[in-house]
Amino acid sequence: MFSGFDFDVIWRNMPFLLNGVWLTLQLTIMAVTGGILLGLILAVARLSGIKPLAWGVAAYVNFLRSMPLILVIFWFYTLVPKLTGTSISGFYSVLIAFIMFEAAYYSEIIRAGISSVKRGQISAAMALGLTNLQAMRYVVLPQAIRNMIPVLLTQSIVMLQDTSLVYVVGLRDFLTSAEIVASRDNRPTELYLFVALIFLVVCFSASRLVNRLRRKYTL
Amino acid sequence: MGVYNWNWSILFKEPYLGWIISGFGNTILIALLAWAIAFPLGSVIGILRTVENRVLRLAATTYVEIFRNIPLLVQMFLWYFVVPELLPADWGRWVKRDLPYPQFITVVLCLGLYTAARVAEQVRSGIEAIPRGQRNAGLAMGLTPTQVYRHVLIPVAYRTIIPPLTSDFLGVFKNSSLALTIGVLELTAQSRQIEEYTFAAFEAFAVATVLYCLVTGLVIAIMRVVETRTRIVGAITVGG
Repeated sequence: MFSGFDFDVIWRNMPFLLNGVWLTLQLTIMAVTGGILLGLILAVARLSGIKPLAWGVAAYVNFLRSMPLILVIFWFYTLVPKLTGTSISGFYSVLIAFIMFEAAYYSEIIRAGISSVKRGQISAAMALGLTNLQAMRYVVLPQAIRNMIPVLLTQSIVMLQDTSLVYVVGLRDFLTSAEIVASRDNRPTELYLFVALIFLVVCFSASRLVNRLRRKYTL
Repeated sequence: MGVYNWNWSILFKEPYLGWIISGFGNTILIALLAWAIAFPLGSVIGILRTVENRVLRLAATTYVEIFRNIPLLVQMFLWYFVVPELLPADWGRWVKRDLPYPQFITVVLCLGLYTAARVAEQVRSGIEAIPRGQRNAGLAMGLTPTQVYRHVLIPVAYRTIIPPLTSDFLGVFKNSSLALTIGVLELTAQSRQIEEYTFAAFEAFAVATVLYCLVTGLVIAIMRVVETRTRIVGAITVGG
């Protein structure tokens, strides 16, 4: 069935494709880091007990969660340069879009993780004479983190897949690079199968690892 | 920051108003048709993941892992550019030449099969959350395995997974925006096109944003009603 196909085209264009892989990795790592940090801030704000703040964050999270990521990318890609008045690179516009978008999802995971620690634990910590901060540091967070890390990692695998959407603004990630080669050499079958296979292997192994982690660490 | 010339009236002028309406229509149509594939197929695959037969379970698991671990956009390209090449020559020619609305059909199929994997995972977790004793009790009463699923497991499982299924249902509306990559003019594509024609970026993206929020609000409201209507009297959560 694969007679007449030329998988050699992949090896000939490897350096170009690897550049794409590198951009995908950079974007994923930066967006995951930024997204988790912003998500943590949002989650803490939402659990702070300060009502206007909690409502504001809830509105932000629900709003972004009803948007398609492509539309968010278009918003930021078009508007960040207009708003800042500088010629910021496409990469950073898109990175900001991913961070703002993923933070909404991460903050829900972090909030669920913190809420999963039973109230009695906090009461017990207080009764033992720990301060608020100590209770957070020694009782709540160690348990919350164990519960939420597998979910955060799963979301990050989703995020790695989502980075392929930068195709819509022509940023040269893995998929876009493959698309460029595919249309130049007229070899879509070989290139897209290759991209699919790499994602499948990477994401499948990663999700297996996360599952093992979950079984080992979740309380 | 420069002075921005607001021009909301552009959205009510032809052809832009027509673009928005047809784009919104396409988004709704793609999402509903994809869901019409995803829900039944996902249900079958999800149930197969919980049956005793090992071969069926493995087949269902393989399906879920493949469709979950390849980015949706890559899947879209595979269906659109690669599958017609791999089909037997006659079929490939038919798909390329005679299939009506090829992009639209590709999007619906791709999104439906992808979402089916997500639905399957929800269905599986809904069934697995039911204590094993219920299945055993059903079998002990002389029900066949099919009857156990039909009368014991499925009615409870589907009620508990309404919230996660709602978010997958919302997912088909959001993911239908990927259709623009193969040239289907749905809502996001039309707003992008208006932006390119008029440079009214805020206005064009804002109208799409509002419409997506509207869909989300509407779906959540409907699913709340469904959840209340189907609630088992006296049951708070599934247990015991």
